[in-house]
Amino acid sequence: MQESDFAIVGGGVVGLSIAYGLLCKGKTVTIFDEHDNALRASRGNFGLVWVQGKGSKLPEYAKWTRQSAKSWKNFAAGLSDESGTDLRLQQQGGYSIYLTEQSLAERASDLQNLKAQLGGDYPFDVLGHNAIKKEEPHIGPKVAGAILHHEDGHVNPLLFLRTLSRVVRQRNAHLVTGKSVASIAPLNESQSSDSGFVITTADGAEFRSRRVVLCAGLGSKTLGQPLGFNVPIRAQRGQVLITEKMPPIINRPSDEIRQVDEGGIQIGASAEEVGADDRETLDITARLAQNAIDQYPVLAQASLIRSWAALRIMSPDGFPIYQHSRTAPGAFFVTCHSGITLAAAHATLLTDWICADQPDHYRDFNFPDFNITDFDFSAFSEERFNA
Amino acid sequence: MKTYDLAIIGAGPAGMTATTAACAQGASVCLLDEQQTPGGQIYRSLNHCDEQRGAILGEDYLYGKTLIDPLSTIDADQTFGATVWRIDENGHIYFSTHGQAHRIQARHIIIATGALERASPVPGWTLPGVMTVGAAQILIKSSGLITEGAVLAGTGPLLYTVAVQLISAGSPPTAIVDTQQPANYVTAAKYLPSALARAATLKKGLGYLAKIRSAGIPFYRAAGDLTIEGSTAAQALSFSHKGHTVRLQTDNVLLHQGVIPNTQLTRSLRLKHEWNRAQRCFHPQTSDWGISSQSNISIAGDGGGIGGAIAAQAEGHVAALGALQSLSLITTEQRDAGAQPHRQTLKKEAGLRRFLDALYPVPEEVMRPSDHTIICRCEDVTAGEIRSFVKAGCTGPNQTKAFGRCGMGPCQGRYCGTTVTEILAAENKLSHDAVGAYRVRAPIKPITLGELASLTGTGD
Amino acid sequence: MLKRTSNNNPVSFTFEGETIPAQSGDSVASAMLAHGTQALRVSTRRKAQRGPYCMMGACYECLVEIDGKTVQSCMTTATDGLQVSRVNHEDV
Repeated sequence: MQESDFAIVGGGVVGLSIAYGLLCKGKTVTIFDEHDNALRASRGNFGLVWVQGKGSKLPEYAKWTRQSAKSWKNFAAGLSDESGTDLRLQQQGGYSIYLTEQSLAERASDLQNLKAQLGGDYPFDVLGHNAIKKEEPHIGPKVAGAILHHEDGHVNPLLFLRTLSRVVRQRNAHLVTGKSVASIAPLNESQSSDSGFVITTADGAEFRSRRVVLCAGLGSKTLGQPLGFNVPIRAQRGQVLITEKMPPIINRPSDEIRQVDEGGIQIGASAEEVGADDRETLDITARLAQNAIDQYPVLAQASLIRSWAALRIMSPDGFPIYQHSRTAPGAFFVTCHSGITLAAAHATLLTDWICADQPDHYRDFNFPDFNITDFDFSAFSEERFNA
Repeated sequence: MKTYDLAIIGAGPAGMTATTAACAQGASVCLLDEQQTPGGQIYRSLNHCDEQRGAILGEDYLYGKTLIDPLSTIDADQTFGATVWRIDENGHIYFSTHGQAHRIQARHIIIATGALERASPVPGWTLPGVMTVGAAQILIKSSGLITEGAVLAGTGPLLYTVAVQLISAGSPPTAIVDTQQPANYVTAAKYLPSALARAATLKKGLGYLAKIRSAGIPFYRAAGDLTIEGSTAAQALSFSHKGHTVRLQTDNVLLHQGVIPNTQLTRSLRLKHEWNRAQRCFHPQTSDWGISSQSNISIAGDGGGIGGAIAAQAEGHVAALGALQSLSLITTEQRDAGAQPHRQTLKKEAGLRRFLDALYPVPEEVMRPSDHTIICRCEDVTAGEIRSFVKAGCTGPNQTKAFGRCGMGPCQGRYCGTTVTEILAAENKLSHDAVGAYRVRAPIKPITLGELASLTGTGD
Repeated sequence: MLKRTSNNNPVSFTFEGETIPAQSGDSVASAMLAHGTQALRVSTRRKAQRGPYCMMGACYECLVEIDGKTVQSCMTTATDGLQVSRVNHEDV
């Protein structure tokens, strides 16, 4: 039977980032990835490494997000060194674009509050129409203005996913692909020990690991229940458009429109509560197209090459959930809808926690190298929903 | 929004026949086709065919008039130059004409979008000057343009048909490089009895081969290792033949390896598809009446599996009757009686098809090309890159998109999809059905953002 | 090389400023081929020359730009006065 220190259930961006971090710490890792038609959030994402607006209701999340965004440069450089692939990371700032003065003012006020909570360290500017037009000459007359946050950026998410896959292989991760995990069971039912797990795939094959990390997106919910996880995640559909490759039109990304490094314009930012339905729809794609044209009128003539829809994994408050099992020590649950932004934190800080001798005491932890002090991991526990 | 009993997508033999048959029963029908005139690819531009062009293209082409002419006498809305780019489960059809988006609704839809030529991924096939054999025939049909000095490479009935048409036009091909192997005759022989119901067609095929022979065209049989040479355009075709490498100078190579169903619309509707081992392609699953896994959608013609023009015509009729019965516009008895003669035709054509499928199989080098051959023309992805994705954990076609943009260009996987499935099936030792195909999403043909945006607020 | 079986209803359009003769029934792509120009675009990744391949609106190798839009030249009827240019992915 295959044995490893860690079993990572889920081969998307979240699982691979954690696997990479564990491999860097010298751990042995087995990664379980499903078949081609799995609901892969990692294939539908927007590629943003994004800070602005995140954590206005949970300062720990703002800190966590910003730390990850700040760590991305080194993280990407490390991956590039190992793989020879440039991930096309750009962190020269990004926008939220508004079509009305009122919505711009409201957003600016929210960010001012967050800035105050963070002790003034939150670099953003409010740009009126003329100011954004100066930055983005193709911006349209309907645009009232934008918030420019200097820590925002984007990356090529598909190159990132492919590079992570390659690098974990190079580091001798064991990949089990094209198979669903049917069950995860503690080897020893006594709750105090940390004696390991048996992971059984749908075809009956068994694998053993000392610890297990559930990052199978929506699939984690069912798999996690026998391990004592009670995680209220749900699917939220997002739809995305991408145009033909175009000459440079957009300098900086926004949370709705960005020009990818290959030239296509990616348009997104819809959110629908429709369960596990990942079909694209006419009404949403038409609205996305109209919004893109409102912001950048030149796009009216652009050819739409593809649209698609994917399912975000959402927690009730939208923040990540990092949970160590209370009944099956050594089992961890990791979920978030910002797998790209948080990848750098997941590969570094989160794996410290997952490797810790006593993860339950991992509170108010200090990351001096990262300038994070009094960081409260328990802010991300599922307990916030079960209280 | 205009609403119809029946909408028919594609005005080839299946779509034209279905339209005429449905109108005859009093149904309200809408026919949409991307070309400017009816006929599909097989009877393309027949409305504008002059005597000289007709003489080149032959009687099988001119036969299409019997399907086209009735369209001008029936009461159906017929829109040409209409690109259908989205169909929803509820029967909403979205299409564009002259850059304007439109929406109609139909209680039942017959998809008759025909076939595409199978991709012939050989080294150099992306060079300018390399086209499909079908493309050269389209040039004759639409524009009266005759390809001179061409080398035809590959195999299949269309290749010989076009060779004969080029001979008739006074510009015989400089060579035919046939990838068919002698063993294929042995395999096909057991299907010969079933094909004999179509003895006239077989005889016609033999007549084509005789014409090619008597024209003195160099004919290289059992050729392999096709490579098109050139840096910015095709300059030569080289291949192995009887243990030697032959190199033919030409700036015009026409490739052909049969045809496969165009499944973009049926895939976008998430209908059930299955792999056809004899034809080496996916096709949607259908009932005897052409009805797909979704009860308000039918498939007729080559889009449901390759049967050829005569079968497509019969399927169009059968599908129309099946659709009308399911809409309660005709009785079950009327449907069954009406379909009877067409079922006879289909049976005979199926016998012929089994024989042809065995006689002209897809060569290994085209199914699973060498590593340096480009598979995805849009994104320049090679077979070797796809195999490297497999090593990195890629098990299916949708992951090849994520791993290397394969299938993500404007053709939306039309010309790489089948090859990607073949390669992944071989590399992962999985069945083709287990490997699956690209997920296709609307718009199935690129439209402008402006066209899409014009429908804001009109959807559901 | 292509030869015409007939001469009728001549029209002309421009490609990158050059006048291209065409006839009734021609698409922009067929007229370009008849004119002897096979390479219409450059592939986006390897920057290799590409020209019409399928002639039936499926392969997207014959993309050109007309009126600021990227269109399939094989699906565009050649008409008098049409201004056709290469698709430019590089500059604004």
